[in-house]
Amino acid sequence: MSSDPDGGVQAPGGFSLLDGLPPAPADGVYLDNNATTRVAPEALAAMLPYFTERYGNPSSMHHFGSLAEQGVIEARGRVAALIGAAAPGEIVFTAGGSESDSLAIWGTLRAYPDRKHLVTTKVEHPAVLGLCRELEGRHGYAVTWLDVDGSGALDPDDLRRALRPDTALVSVMAANNETGVVFPVEELGRIVKEAGAVFHVDAVQAAGKLPLDMRVSTIDLLALSGHKLHGPKGVGALYVRKGTKLRPLIMGGHQERGRRAGTENVPGIVGFGAACVLAGQGLGEENSRARGLRDRLEAALLAAVPDCRVNGERARRLPNTCNVSFDFIEGEGILLLMDRVGIGASSGSACTSGSLEPSHVLKAMGIPFTSAHGSVRFSLSRYNTREEIDYVAAVVPRVVERLRAITPFGRQRATF
Amino acid sequence: MAVRRRPARDRAPRRRFARLPVSPRERITRPMWKYSDQVYDHFFNPRNVGTVENADGVGEVGSMACGDALRLSFRLDEAGRLAEVKFQTFGCGSAIASSSILTEMLRGKTLEEAARITNEDIASELGGLPREKMHCSVMGREALEAAMIDYYKRQGKQIPCELLSQGVLVCHCYQVERDTIRHAVMQNRLRTVEDVTHYTKAGGGCQDCHQEIRHLIDECWEKLDHAAAGGGGAVPGALPLAPPAPAAPPAREVRIREVIEHDIARALRNDGGDIELVEVRGHEVFVRLIGTCASCPASQATIKGWVESQLREHLGDEVDVIEVKS
Repeated sequence: MSSDPDGGVQAPGGFSLLDGLPPAPADGVYLDNNATTRVAPEALAAMLPYFTERYGNPSSMHHFGSLAEQGVIEARGRVAALIGAAAPGEIVFTAGGSESDSLAIWGTLRAYPDRKHLVTTKVEHPAVLGLCRELEGRHGYAVTWLDVDGSGALDPDDLRRALRPDTALVSVMAANNETGVVFPVEELGRIVKEAGAVFHVDAVQAAGKLPLDMRVSTIDLLALSGHKLHGPKGVGALYVRKGTKLRPLIMGGHQERGRRAGTENVPGIVGFGAACVLAGQGLGEENSRARGLRDRLEAALLAAVPDCRVNGERARRLPNTCNVSFDFIEGEGILLLMDRVGIGASSGSACTSGSLEPSHVLKAMGIPFTSAHGSVRFSLSRYNTREEIDYVAAVVPRVVERLRAITPFGRQRATF
Repeated sequence: MAVRRRPARDRAPRRRFARLPVSPRERITRPMWKYSDQVYDHFFNPRNVGTVENADGVGEVGSMACGDALRLSFRLDEAGRLAEVKFQTFGCGSAIASSSILTEMLRGKTLEEAARITNEDIASELGGLPREKMHCSVMGREALEAAMIDYYKRQGKQIPCELLSQGVLVCHCYQVERDTIRHAVMQNRLRTVEDVTHYTKAGGGCQDCHQEIRHLIDECWEKLDHAAAGGGGAVPGALPLAPPAPAAPPAREVRIREVIEHDIARALRNDGGDIELVEVRGHEVFVRLIGTCASCPASQATIKGWVESQLREHLGDEVDVIEVKS
């Protein structure tokens, strides 16, 4: 064995998956923004004084407290403005998207103890999926799981058929985190309202990427997360339309009008508010830039890599998300190799999740396991550059080619 | 798409804290699992990739649907030693690394020596594997067995009995046999169904076999405990009685019929097949496959697992789908 210039060990015979791959650029290329995002420098700057200068408890009667309270009030207005809420009081701050979803679903069911049915989809984020399974399995609730078709789309008639007199709540995501596919929430909301149920929308991925206006919406509850839109982790919000009945999950304090007890995460809330301002400003121009880069990457991959396809309806997607399946190879290998050349993305393969089954979203879409195992999600942000995308578009086809060189499968033989 | 970080390694002392990245290079080569340096080396620089021409034995295990697959081929020299061993793998980093290191371990060995290589040997040669990835080493061992059986068949020789398993399937989703599970439990001292899934994949799909796996674990541990206590021969494990199945409430049967007719049959009809509900007895759901599904033996195991997972998803409890022939 001899050492290669990169410091690695070269195999006898010289075969290496790294052959022909460039060294990783110093900072790498981060294309996993649906997992989390970089905190915007503006948001960080807004947060910092609240750690060491305006550190009071917003509930306190003194000056220290009111400085912190001012920060929370301002942030509440900013979050409300991003989604077009009629009043800042409709925003309840939480510790993140998952808590917002839990508060919406549990809180509604506890407000309507006689209603024992809820409706959701098979492609929800685990925050909703896991809770609904729990409610179904251990708490005696009936859950209707709506299907999606091969493009990830939902049939509104399925929802119409699923609704019952005792339906408490319908919970649907605005846009899918894995494929980016957008659901027609307003159309669904009108159906829900006709039936008299509460309508909860998980907008964790959609906020800041799609325009949302609660003043002209059918949505009663809307979950948001700070760290998906360049705010800090550990903070989120639930929009609660005025007049919507909701029981709290965390009790024992008057904070958030009694709907979420506990001293506020003031720096987090302030950072979230600042990030919402930026997201609102970026809805138009920035998103079309991200869309342009995403489309550029997608077109390049589809042109350069044989036997690959895009998962999800391409026309109705978040502007930043691209989910591609590369046949005959497996996702973890792709991620490891991409990581080695500085590209961060994620995969719907079983091996990357610790379970044996690939992504529930791709499964619900009927994507064959064989394709789902080789799926990769690229998700962009406002910070990605054209140079980065061109680097990824040039390197990924080579990564796929290297892994295909050692797989037993191919066009001629797709199975044992 | 969640990426889980689990530093646990098989049989290696557990580190209390994950090592912090010390250099940019290390930072970018340590993504989701804490793989050993050997795993990374054999993944990035796999040895002996390809297929041996004019091979004396070829073993193929796994499938693309399962998420990993391995083809192992070898050629013997005049002295009966493994002169050339090559592999092709579809799978994750540790699957590729396990295959690669196995080819290195095998070279120069006789078949008798090769037969003694266990999945544990493969894993420890790699400096350990994360618990969830032990099945990759098991796949290596299985491919070796398959290749050797292929060799003995080609030669018209009798297959050594330790290479022949009883062939009783426990996990239908991942096609795992009873002896594979027994072997993994005994060899690796596994205690839970979850462990068995990590090592063999058995039980990772519809979960229908979990009860049976639990029995196998109990049975093996009775033997292990007995042996540890200085006892002699193996004690056959007494199987605990299964609890009586509760009668299916009519509402449940209505729901099952609804799911089968609405969700499941609709999907099967797309492929020219169909399904009908015959009877519900406790957890057992008797169905009849019609059309192309009925005549396709390969699809039946898949359909069983799939129908069960669909029903479980809708009902939130255990079901056992049993096919009735028309």
